Amino acid sequence: MAAKINGPLLKVEDLTLRYLTRGGEVRAVEGVSFELEQGQALGLVGESGCGKTSVANSLMRLLPDNARLAGGQVWLRGEDIFALEEDEVREYRWRRVAMVFQAAMNSLDPVYKVGQQIVEAIEAHEIEGTISAARERVARLFRLVGLDPALMDRYPHEFSGGMRQRAVIAMALSCDPAVIIADEPTTALDVIVQDRILRELKAIQQQLNMAIIYISHDIAVVAEVTDRIGVMYAGHLVEYGNTADVFRAPLHPYTDALLGSFPSVTGERRPLAGLSGEPPNLIDPPAGCPFHPRCPRATQICQEEFPPQAWEGTQWAKCWHPMNAGAEAPSDVELEAASDVGIVEQSAHGEGG
Amino acid sequence: MAITGTEPLHTGALLSVAGLTKRFPVGRHLFRKATSFIHAVDDVTFDLEPGGSLGLVGESGCGKTTVGKLLVKLLEPTSGEILFRLPGLADHAVPDDPSELNEPAVDSASIEGRQLRAFRRRAQMIFQDPYESMNPRRTIYDTIAEPLSVQGMGTLLDRVDRVSEILDQVGLTPPATFLFRHPHELSGGQRQRVAIARALVVGPSFVVADEPTSMLDVSSRTGIMNLMQGLAQDLGVAYLYVTHDLAVARYMCHRIAVMYSGKIVEIGETEELLKNPRHPYTRALLSAVPLPDPGSTREPPDIRGELTAPIDPPARCRFFDRCPMATENCRTSPHPPTEEKSPGHWVACYEV
Repeated sequence: MAAKINGPLLKVEDLTLRYLTRGGEVRAVEGVSFELEQGQALGLVGESGCGKTSVANSLMRLLPDNARLAGGQVWLRGEDIFALEEDEVREYRWRRVAMVFQAAMNSLDPVYKVGQQIVEAIEAHEIEGTISAARERVARLFRLVGLDPALMDRYPHEFSGGMRQRAVIAMALSCDPAVIIADEPTTALDVIVQDRILRELKAIQQQLNMAIIYISHDIAVVAEVTDRIGVMYAGHLVEYGNTADVFRAPLHPYTDALLGSFPSVTGERRPLAGLSGEPPNLIDPPAGCPFHPRCPRATQICQEEFPPQAWEGTQWAKCWHPMNAGAEAPSDVELEAASDVGIVEQSAHGEGG
Repeated sequence: MAITGTEPLHTGALLSVAGLTKRFPVGRHLFRKATSFIHAVDDVTFDLEPGGSLGLVGESGCGKTTVGKLLVKLLEPTSGEILFRLPGLADHAVPDDPSELNEPAVDSASIEGRQLRAFRRRAQMIFQDPYESMNPRRTIYDTIAEPLSVQGMGTLLDRVDRVSEILDQVGLTPPATFLFRHPHELSGGQRQRVAIARALVVGPSFVVADEPTSMLDVSSRTGIMNLMQGLAQDLGVAYLYVTHDLAVARYMCHRIAVMYSGKIVEIGETEELLKNPRHPYTRALLSAVPLPDPGSTREPPDIRGELTAPIDPPARCRFFDRCPMATENCRTSPHPPTEEKSPGHWVACYEV
């Protein structure tokens, strides 16, 4: 793989995505920006419908017919992926960015031997010259993900859930991608198998110095396997930072509520506050900050204007009233001088929130 | 001291399960009798006190849901005994105060006919999937009022009042705006609230909740857990909470029972069991739970191999093949008896 890296491996800027439905236009992704370096693990967290899987599908250029890219760009190694032609997309997908899907059961074809499916992926992308070289490559991939290469000639139904998920990871790795997107990779698995798969995935990522994006609703999983975290709400990336920082001192009240929604097996047993209400309808999202109807800190301005980014070191949140007192919060007085105190005005990405 | 299947109903217990066993035939054909059986639930014994809560925890296929269904008579056991001391069960008149527990114990297997109706009033179940457990054509009122009309409770107007009252209690307010809506108009969290209302509307003393939050999003999950806990406490309802998630069981239950391959391997007070897990399986399960703390590191769970279905399992300890502590004694002895290792903390293992 040629490494002509100037700047980040992956750069997502102002990504905005709409779905056209009978009910109206769904504002699925709203001005999402982040960067990913080689060897980094990013976790995207949020509830169903927050846009995290839409972001992943955009990065794979795997969008349904009713999706419309309404703005923004994605660069991989400096190349604009939305400028790729259809035949280039085939090359890009799996060779540059590969995905480990949620339901491993459904991403393997039940009538083909597991090894053969991966051999075909390798042949289709012309990674190896001969079939025997491709088979040898699959055997190595099997060993890498902790599967016995003898299992190559078995069918998916002969695999347990954990083995299938390993096979799907092997398939994702088969074409040497620069970025792996793992969409809820262990959600359907029992906790002991989940633990093994996550350890395996993390070890492989570090071994190969790969970039990986974990999409998950489970903050404990993300806490253990990522070094960056992005929190999504109603299509917006509302908080971003080092995983440790965000868990220690979240800035956004939504992040705080999310972290306070999970019971734990360790520490003090305390009542969970959770969140009241339901996520907004994205056909007609609330004005201002989309979280304001559920936010305990909301004031007048939250109902009117989309919040700017408030920074704390390398961590930021889009919030008028961030949690951490040390954060450079935009107070009403400071608003005019916002640019002077290091606040980036987002102005709701021209969408009016 | 081992639990035998013949002890009398524990004084004051609402329900007492002894030696509960359920086997499902596998490979049965039209002209062939089944020769193999899945030992889904095998010699399970526990008590539940009135108003108490027990978390039944284990991986998929361990038999936890089958235990729940056996308790509410959605399945009949192969062998073993379930004794209930539910109000109104021994005689056919249903007293209105469910706190009266001077009831004689009734064997679940003997409950049928009119008594079954009284039983259904006192023992209810909440299912995992709020999308499949409701008839999409029926209104919320119809769904919740159905058990009332089956029980012949109240006049039509009484039932409307009662349904409105329970909607209010489960947080679907104002009730009038929900009464005549259909399930598809509600979110997953709201549907699960309807399911809870339906289970509680007849005034049960005991509820089986089968992973009621596992299909829900994080934000509705907390609400449902808090609601169930609050209502159970206010109404004095005892519950068995079936879940794969130890953290959820800890949050919801006074006691936890860990199931592996059809057997309860450990049972005890929640905090005691989590602080001092004794069975090697409980320890493995606990150490596999990811922690929401980026700084922490966990040792990998000490367990071998993968879960296999208990089809005609050998007599020895079910955990033998995966156990890091297994000895020659474990190989040659029958499945270990459940013994009380410290007060209220029971473990089925020769090596602890």
